[in-house]
Amino acid sequence: MQQGWILFKRNAADFWRVFSRNRLGIAGAFLVVSAVTVAIIAPLLTPYTPQEIIRDAAGRGMTFAPPTAHGPLGTDDGGRDVWTQLVYGARISLTVGFLAGFIAMFIGSLLGIIAGYFGGATDTLLMRITDVLLVIPDLPLMLVLVATLRQMDLKISPLLVLIMVIGLLYWTSTARLIRSQVLSIKERQFVYRARAIGAGHWHIISRHILPQIMPLIVANTVLILSTAILIESGLAFLGLGDPTQPSWGTMLNFAFDRNAVTNGAWWFYLPPGLAIVWVTLGCVLLGNVLEEMLNPRLSAHHLEGEQKILAGKGGS
Amino acid sequence: MNATAAPLLSVRGLGTQFTTVEGEVATALEDVSFEVFPGQTVGLVGESGCGKTTTLLSIMRLLPVTARITTGQVLFRNTDLLRLNEREMRDYRWKEMSIVFQGAMNALNPVMTVSEQIAEAILLHNLMERTSAAKRVGQLLDLVGIAAARKNQYPHQYSGGMRQRAMIAMALACQPSLLFADEPTTALDVMIQAQILELLQSIQRELGLAIVLVTHDLGVVAEMCDSVVVMYGGKVAEYGPADTVYNEPQHPYTQRLLGAFPDLNKPAGALATIPGTPPRLNALPPGCRFAPRCHRRMDVCDHNAPPILPVAALRPAAAKSRHMAACHLLQNPGTQPQ
Repeated sequence: MQQGWILFKRNAADFWRVFSRNRLGIAGAFLVVSAVTVAIIAPLLTPYTPQEIIRDAAGRGMTFAPPTAHGPLGTDDGGRDVWTQLVYGARISLTVGFLAGFIAMFIGSLLGIIAGYFGGATDTLLMRITDVLLVIPDLPLMLVLVATLRQMDLKISPLLVLIMVIGLLYWTSTARLIRSQVLSIKERQFVYRARAIGAGHWHIISRHILPQIMPLIVANTVLILSTAILIESGLAFLGLGDPTQPSWGTMLNFAFDRNAVTNGAWWFYLPPGLAIVWVTLGCVLLGNVLEEMLNPRLSAHHLEGEQKILAGKGGS
Repeated sequence: MNATAAPLLSVRGLGTQFTTVEGEVATALEDVSFEVFPGQTVGLVGESGCGKTTTLLSIMRLLPVTARITTGQVLFRNTDLLRLNEREMRDYRWKEMSIVFQGAMNALNPVMTVSEQIAEAILLHNLMERTSAAKRVGQLLDLVGIAAARKNQYPHQYSGGMRQRAMIAMALACQPSLLFADEPTTALDVMIQAQILELLQSIQRELGLAIVLVTHDLGVVAEMCDSVVVMYGGKVAEYGPADTVYNEPQHPYTQRLLGAFPDLNKPAGALATIPGTPPRLNALPPGCRFAPRCHRRMDVCDHNAPPILPVAALRPAAAKSRHMAACHLLQNPGTQPQ
């Protein structure tokens, strides 16, 4: 873990060189970066707005127009351009997914570090809270929470509600993971030495523990992002998205509601579905490759080395 | 021993207990007392598990949460460290006393450069600002004989001896007056061991600091130490000036320990061993802790723990030397020529 991290910290160019040799990593990075780019430059990619109704020569709205009749991806039941909704939907899906993912990661890391480092009653309390959240099924809980908060008329954007609910509930596995790492690192002798030189808790955590778990946090963040995007899509598909700012999940919800499948309008439901797969696959590939690079113990080379040693011993 | 100067560190009746997960209490230290004078080297010797490292950690208050200091005082320049709160204690750590840890590889943070780690303590205690701290790191590395070109390398790029040197440089960073060296030469080969010990000695001469050296190596003690504390089963078995303890050991354990050590001046033969094992700290014998293994055991040894007494009571000639031992033989002059 350390050597990868040193590489990362000291020399981004070297890190990139190693990374660029990894095909899966490059593929993952391409998927994620392309989706983010599309979201950023969305208005440049389409002449329409998501709500704009496409009309034919006679001025009638074109409903369920196939890609052959209009645009790259046709229109939906209301005559709106699917491609436009898709690229604007990337903004919503990625924003909600990334923000929720970062919030979850931040809370999880913070609580994991506190629980692992301080131990004792603090640890017990935090981990019992984590256990309670872990055993409650995520999706139903989030459904109920989002729906309830919506009802309360809180004057906050429905997207913000979504972000907060996902972010505030999805940190449990991260907290456990980080805690277990901190538990092992805090027993290492250099942490002891840090105490011996008169360091306080904050110094030990920030200078000695955090750099050690940073690779884990980085790799895990990318993985959590994909889950957050999936959860957002799930909730939005179930009708908890913001209909005025449709994400990919909301598009799927519309497609389902308006019988896109029975109408044979595959161009309405396939693109958002594939877009979700695109981004989550990218995150998972990237996350796994980063984890492997930053933590060499996971890589196959490491095991190869061990096997060689064992074979060498057996042979002599 | 310099009896006129005030001791730098005076450990009095220190007792430490560990509580196991099952709730059993293990007495790791009991009634440990010794003094360290400025500029002096004190050796702490004994078998593994006799409480040498626990003594250091108790003094610096770095014990794990399962351990508790139950009795005694640790007077550093007449301040009882055991009465300070954690924040006050932090000011003593490294500024006044520092540790060279056993096994330097583990005590160095693998993701920080060596110079960062040496500077860490200086910056932590706000002794200097960054640029002069960097200069100080350069001086320290020079002092311990590490080339300046290697200061920005990581611990894994260092050899074992260099890491130990870096640890020593680190320990000297805040100019402490007392240095604890916890088996500084274990896991090093013999040549490097000698170099590290020489380095410690030369630094001591140069900076005039006091050293408490934890070791099992009696040869090292003979060479480096002014006084020696022989520990057995968490208690002090014998304590006194190194040459006196060496030449006239009073405690049978010390005698056996010295006997178990090869002597270059005698023909080589099988080394003597001490039969048996050290007592388990959660099941200590009721009397003298060494009694079950002692070759001069008497009946009283099984029932009463011997107090630590000045050897002078036995041999007035030794009155000035502060030589002390915890053995019933001292109280039974009949068994020992007076």
